[in-house]
Amino acid sequence: MSNILVVLESREGSLRAASLEALGAARTFADQRGSSVIALATEKCELDASLLGGAGADKVLIADAAGHSADGAAATAARVAKESDATVVLLSATVRGRDLTARIAALLGTGFAADCTAADAEAMTFTRPEFGGKAFTTIKINGPVAVASLRGNFFAAAGREASAEMSEVASEAGVSMVTEISSQTGGRPDVSEATKVVAGGRGMGEAENWSMIEAVADAIPGCALGASRAVVDSGWRPHSEQVGQTGKTVAPELYIAAGISGAIQHLAGMNSSKVIVAINKDAEAPIFKHATYGIVGDALEVLPALADELKKLGL
Amino acid sequence: MNIISFVKRVPATTANVAIVDNKLNPEGVEFVLNPYDEFAVEESLAIKEAAGAGSVTAISFGAGEAQKELRTVLAMGADAAVLLANPAAPEADGATTARVLAENCKGREFDLLMFGKQAVDRDQHGVGPAVATLLGVPCITEVVKLEVAEGKVIAEREIEGAREIIEASLPCAITCQKGLNTPRFASLRGIMAAKKKPLEVVDVEVGEAAVEVVAMNMPPARPAGRIVGEGAAAVPELVSALRNEAKVL
Ligand SMILES: Cc1cc2nc3c(=O)[nH]c(=O)nc-3n(C[C@H](O)[C@H](O)[C@H](O)COP(=O)(O)OP(=O)(O)OC[C@H]3O[C@@H](n4cnc5c(N)ncnc54)[C@H](O)[C@@H]3O)c2cc1C
Ligand SMILES: Nc1ncnc2c1ncn2[C@@H]1O[C@H](COP(=O)(O)O)[C@@H](O)[C@H]1O
Repeated sequence: MSNILVVLESREGSLRAASLEALGAARTFADQRGSSVIALATEKCELDASLLGGAGADKVLIADAAGHSADGAAATAARVAKESDATVVLLSATVRGRDLTARIAALLGTGFAADCTAADAEAMTFTRPEFGGKAFTTIKINGPVAVASLRGNFFAAAGREASAEMSEVASEAGVSMVTEISSQTGGRPDVSEATKVVAGGRGMGEAENWSMIEAVADAIPGCALGASRAVVDSGWRPHSEQVGQTGKTVAPELYIAAGISGAIQHLAGMNSSKVIVAINKDAEAPIFKHATYGIVGDALEVLPALADELKKLGL
Repeated sequence: MNIISFVKRVPATTANVAIVDNKLNPEGVEFVLNPYDEFAVEESLAIKEAAGAGSVTAISFGAGEAQKELRTVLAMGADAAVLLANPAAPEADGATTARVLAENCKGREFDLLMFGKQAVDRDQHGVGPAVATLLGVPCITEVVKLEVAEGKVIAEREIEGAREIIEASLPCAITCQKGLNTPRFASLRGIMAAKKKPLEVVDVEVGEAAVEVVAMNMPPARPAGRIVGEGAAAVPELVSALRNEAKVL
């Protein structure tokens, strides 16, 4: 029987939430094709059988590698894919996940689909943005296995009551190793993973005004900070917060853009957000054409009022 | 230090995209050297200069037009360029592109293979690690800081919410992210010199594609939004809309 393999992502022993979305997508494939979902952790980590089972996994394999090696992880995943007769291999479209996707496909001699925003389990097709989101292409992978990475916030965990069967597998040795990991978002989620984002542009005036952006983020649980390139190039914010064609691609439930004009390269990074709020003093700013809700006005006055109003909700 | 820098000709990020027959309609579109490949070329040149010896060869799998971008890379300072020519190259998927590039690396001597982290046309983020895997060399992706010394590389990259330091031995592949360096412009002297540098055009077969395009569409139009009001006075209505209408709070 053909199976669906999900390569889980963990960091320093804990699972990344994005992996649960991949398990949900895998569940859809497995139900359509009458097969099982096998989840593979390519390095040692703490996993919860009912969390993974509930998200969609039937079986969980934990490899014994002590840290992250991309080539080692890819070799382990390719071996498990062959052993378990996988016809679909799914990963998260994270920095590590995109890297592994291409490697696993190369090892299995097949094609890959990166950054998918939709998948059709019946037709076995994957839909993915190209040209910075200016077009969406639906593709079919020729070859024995389809390997795909899935963008965050486009797929959902299965949400069922089930416990996955856990076992251990041997890992393949890697030649390149991660020797150090240091966290840098100061307690907030990363902009590419958050479900809520408040982002600022050049219209914020100066770096000091970011306290207003932070106050809004503080009032919304799980809210990340974002920035336009103009702001990053001015040195007001780190590149890790940049949203857009040369920054991160995000698709949160809520994206608040304050003092951002809405240049095509910025839109490329956030245009698939579910709800977009634009705050801009220029009623003609292009961002308003893409916004769900807009306020025409000075962000330096609107943001503090917004933070106060949100605090009243006590979210 | 012998370095191969992989470059692709892509539409400028400002280009309007129109689709014909499930492909980009190239009419009226301005093409440029992929912005991330500029970081790869700059890093290649800087590493060679620091080593004081070796060569930088630019390789592109492209249609005939890509000679223009290869000349740009020669003008920046690369020693030689090779166009692996096939009219179908611009549409080729990542796995197919990687196979063609890897096959044409066999028999070449290299210490480093330098890639952009992504080509801004198909946005696949995968040709670098796929080529490296096919050639059996280590690869570090999305690098923002790179040190090459004593037969090994130490690279830094940003992952979601953290930084990683990764080590690998040479020969090795690197994919370059913004922040790694500031690419140089081609000088007038460089442009003159580029005219005399070797640009070899080799016709290549593409073979069976690893991926088939079923459909290509414009993104779904966003439902029309509304301006809730002006200034701070509009905030209560905005918050109420987010909570009760859009249900995102
Ligand atoms: C190859 C390439 C890649 C790029 N990649 C990216 C990318 O990844 N991400 C990105 O963001 N950009 C990118 N850009 C740059 C992009 O083209 C724009 O220059 C940039 O997004 C502009 O940033 P901004 O909106 O903050 O600034 P501006 O365009 O200067 O807009 C500022 C806005 O703030 C408004 N404003 C001013 N004062 C106030 C106030 N007090 N209150 C409210 N509103 C106010 C103004 O009306 C204006 O609309 C790229 C460009 C190129 C060429
Ligand atoms: N046709 C090509 N010719 C040469 N290099 C390429 C080609 N396509 C992709 N690359 C390289 O691979 C990188 C990543 O591309 P991609 O995986 O398509 O996003 C690019 O930045 C280039 O360095």
